[in-house]
Amino acid sequence: MKARVHVMLKDGVLDPQGEAVRHALGALGFDEAEGVRQGKVLELDLADGTSEARIAEMCERLLSNTVIETYRVEIL
Amino acid sequence: MKAAVIVFPGSNCDRDLAVALRQAGFDVEMVWHKNRDLPGGIDLVGLPGGFSFGDYLRCGAIAARSPIVDAVVAHGNRGGHVLGICNGFQILTETGLLPGALMRNRQLKYICRTVPLVVRNTSSDFTSGFHDGQAIEIPIAHHDGNYFAEPETLDRLHGEGRVAFTYAANPNGSQTDIAGVLSANGRILGMMPHPERAADPALGGMDGRALFDTLAGSFAAA
Repeated sequence: MKARVHVMLKDGVLDPQGEAVRHALGALGFDEAEGVRQGKVLELDLADGTSEARIAEMCERLLSNTVIETYRVEIL
Repeated sequence: MKAAVIVFPGSNCDRDLAVALRQAGFDVEMVWHKNRDLPGGIDLVGLPGGFSFGDYLRCGAIAARSPIVDAVVAHGNRGGHVLGICNGFQILTETGLLPGALMRNRQLKYICRTVPLVVRNTSSDFTSGFHDGQAIEIPIAHHDGNYFAEPETLDRLHGEGRVAFTYAANPNGSQTDIAGVLSANGRILGMMPHPERAADPALGGMDGRALFDTLAGSFAAA
């Protein structure tokens, strides 16, 4: 089985990289891009039957830093 | 008076830290990250600067899950002293021994220069050799030194006197100018500036030396 983990900075945490991307879009004339947040995607190859609780534990203990980030798991 | 300096793949300030600690009178043992135990009788653990594991995933994230770090966390939780500098500070926040997180610098640039700091805590075993509000100059060299914590955490850190150093002119966007923070018991210090790079006249500065001498003095007095 496969799972995809999306890691994003929490709302309210300044994202200087996303802001730089937004600025660059504006420079290209995409004025409608009013905000950009940059995150990470991790794709996991997992043993069949791996529980969602186990994946959540991976996210909590390593894949995200819950001080500044949120995560979302998508089972593929 | 014994110190262990942990060496991760990608550490690059481990030997500088060992030199600074030896100058202050510590016996220093270098400890590879794959070891599970610290040497016996260790008073201080140093987590050095560098780019452990290539800064993959998040700075310090993978180092913080190294075998030796369980022993470092246990040492800290027993009331042992830990000093994390730069990448070492990032590792300390990733373990949860210190609150908050270090994010990408506000201007997205790697910054390598000597910066003015203000000493904010003078009661810890690391900082009692300074006076309150003392202006010192210590080099920084980081891409991810922008300190972030929730507002209530920031209030607590300032209220409890756990902000060790602030930047006199904020170089990286750190919240409330924070350059270094202490644990609740004052025995764990994490800081982005490199005191070991200002601990010898040949390096162009001596302001960092006071930190190592103060620490050595506190063990000698204990």
